[in-house]
Amino acid sequence: MTDHAIRVSSHKGEPRVSPIYDPKVRSIFFQILTAVIVVLVTWSISHNVSVNLARANIASGYSFLAGRSGFDIGFAMISYSSDSTYGDALLVGLINTILVAITGIFTATIIGFMIGIGRLSRNWLIAKLCTVYVEVFRNIPPLLVIFFWYSGVLSSLPQVRDSLNLPFSMFLNNRGLAFPKPLWGDGAYLILVAFLVAVIATLAIAMWAKQRQMRTGKQFHTIWAGAGLIVGLPLLTFLALGAPLSFDYPIAGRFNLSGGSVIAPEFVALYLALSFYTAAFIAEIIRAGIRGVAKGQSEASFALGLQPSTTTRLVVIPQAMRIIIPPLTSQYLNLTKNSSLGVAIGFPELVSTGGTTMNQTGQAVEVISIWLVVYLTISIVTSLFMNWFNAKMALVER
Amino acid sequence: MVDANASYVRREMLPAQPAPIATSNVVGWIRVNLLATPKDIVLTILALAALAAVVPPALNWLFIQASWFGSDRSVCATVVQGGIQPDGWKGACWAFVKDRFVQFIFGRFPLDERWRPTLVIIMLIALLAPMLIPKVPRKGLNALVLFIVFPIVAFFLLHGNVFGLERVETPLWGGLMVTLILSFIGIGVSFPLGILLALGRRSKMPVIKTLCVTFIEVIRGVPLITVLFMANVMLPLFLPVGWTIDNLLRALVAVALFTSAYMAEVIRGGLQAIPKGQSEGADSLGLGYWQKMRLIVLPQAIKLVIPGIVNTFIGLFKDTSLVSIIGMFDFLNIVRLNFTDTTWITPVTPITGLIFAGFIYWLFCFSMSRYSAFMERHLDTAHKR
Repeated sequence: MTDHAIRVSSHKGEPRVSPIYDPKVRSIFFQILTAVIVVLVTWSISHNVSVNLARANIASGYSFLAGRSGFDIGFAMISYSSDSTYGDALLVGLINTILVAITGIFTATIIGFMIGIGRLSRNWLIAKLCTVYVEVFRNIPPLLVIFFWYSGVLSSLPQVRDSLNLPFSMFLNNRGLAFPKPLWGDGAYLILVAFLVAVIATLAIAMWAKQRQMRTGKQFHTIWAGAGLIVGLPLLTFLALGAPLSFDYPIAGRFNLSGGSVIAPEFVALYLALSFYTAAFIAEIIRAGIRGVAKGQSEASFALGLQPSTTTRLVVIPQAMRIIIPPLTSQYLNLTKNSSLGVAIGFPELVSTGGTTMNQTGQAVEVISIWLVVYLTISIVTSLFMNWFNAKMALVER
Repeated sequence: MVDANASYVRREMLPAQPAPIATSNVVGWIRVNLLATPKDIVLTILALAALAAVVPPALNWLFIQASWFGSDRSVCATVVQGGIQPDGWKGACWAFVKDRFVQFIFGRFPLDERWRPTLVIIMLIALLAPMLIPKVPRKGLNALVLFIVFPIVAFFLLHGNVFGLERVETPLWGGLMVTLILSFIGIGVSFPLGILLALGRRSKMPVIKTLCVTFIEVIRGVPLITVLFMANVMLPLFLPVGWTIDNLLRALVAVALFTSAYMAEVIRGGLQAIPKGQSEGADSLGLGYWQKMRLIVLPQAIKLVIPGIVNTFIGLFKDTSLVSIIGMFDFLNIVRLNFTDTTWITPVTPITGLIFAGFIYWLFCFSMSRYSAFMERHLDTAHKR
């Protein structure tokens, strides 16, 4: 509006508005001022950092990553020893972060769906129990939930000597859950190949079934066919190869268990805590999503003669997903970020191994920059994937 | 017109229908809400079985078997563990919570000086209560005292070194006091900062917009722990040689900046929901940018996103527990410190302490969410048709 006034006045040849009140001049002035302040602050910070680092005799740069780490990690998915490098230690941490994030997301989604649907149940008791679950877990810090599982529940498990004997030669004690370690024989990789083939075949069948349904309206039981393929094909391969599988059973010794694989209690505590905590938030999202679908939709579906279960599957859920997906994405990211709380109970995820590296080498700036880059990459990749999924699910309007 | 002999006209009286099944009395309520369908019956039975399996042992553990009185670990340990309880005893150790309660609140604050944090808490309640009750007048003055005068007074009271008060260094501060300080300052700083960031993100000036977007997205993309580590390790590096920065202040900076990024996104949601006509109306009245925002846009936008703002506050309150990872003794960490103390170490002490800490956190967060629901109803003046 002010622009207009200026133009009118400049037509007359005598500008009545001074440049101080011209929004464009002001905007440019403020931007230059901001840029100058930012540059000055950045310069002074980098100057201080270099001076401080020089005083502490710390060489900057990432060459420390190739150095020998010298610390052990109790829970590593790749081969790692104290002779490995710092880079390996950080990689072990990253893999553990991703492992706990994926398993946690999987479990939290299942629990969250059950609790969320439970809160909408017409059964008063179920609805109230689910409400209590949500209100309890939403209002306590995730760190406390982790400590609760770790020092409250898992530490009160028996010592190694008095391990609980579970079926299938599994042992439960305060050092974790020991279970038989599968030893795959020759040709076992074919089972994995068969699994991948089954997955691809299932996807192809799903596409074909959808096209045929679009063309002819005939439905195909993709779920059953796919489940049969994914379970059956690897199983057949397994049997055809003559069952190349044996187990290394854990054996209870006097002070320790030997053999088998052990899931560390730190992992279990972190995984359970994150799953239970995030499930409360996911439940609320699911509930809001399902309640967000207009009642007329399911009424119209009943009017067309669809069964309640079909209505839920084909009418309500697809529309609810559109409301659910964006907040669900941010919950998945929250869970991934919260996995960094493992540092508090000594689970070797990225922040934990990075913290040890930082203490040993003093390369604070570099380690923190690695953290930032890794977490930002995880965030961006997850967001991109979920945006793609969301765009696929979104309402196609005319 | 009416053909009384038509075949569709009924000639005899119908038998009386049975009375509809009552739904209003207790039996009816149970039938409708618990036993409506076979599936519901199964679910109800399963839920009742689960409750029966969990609730009585839990109550037994929490209250009946619990050990309430005593001054050391013997009251919570069995004979084998060196205590007085019979073998196989299991129960909560409330004696521990009672014994250490004062420490949970004040941390390691010197014993003789604890009247100072007590006074601060009384002042906080006296200022906060009228702020939260909508009917009490003079909200502006109240806010000024609460957010400007009170923090300064509280700082000098707690830290001392003036008016003959003994100096108490921040490493001695601890417990619920530190949790509340972090939350209060975090809320007080992140709210205005979040508004500024949200306005900056919607600004038409590219430089300012880029800065705000970068800040918000970077902070939201990383966990709070990395921000805390950054503040703890890198902030001292950022300062000129010879400057030091207090540990508590580092944590405060980290928590406040972290929360302000989330706050900015919540407020941006509110700003986007305000129709453009409001802003244009303000322009046509000749209001400047800040007047327009302060008087027209922000009051409407903030009212819309109160639940989101309070959720961010709740998140902040819960997140203060993370400062224990950088070695500060907030409420959660002081509870953990106490249950590893040899005076009280028993198998049941950790879980009792954690349940107590969880209950206190729950109490604060749940009251915040209830208050936000109340405020939402109270401020819901428009859009009612």
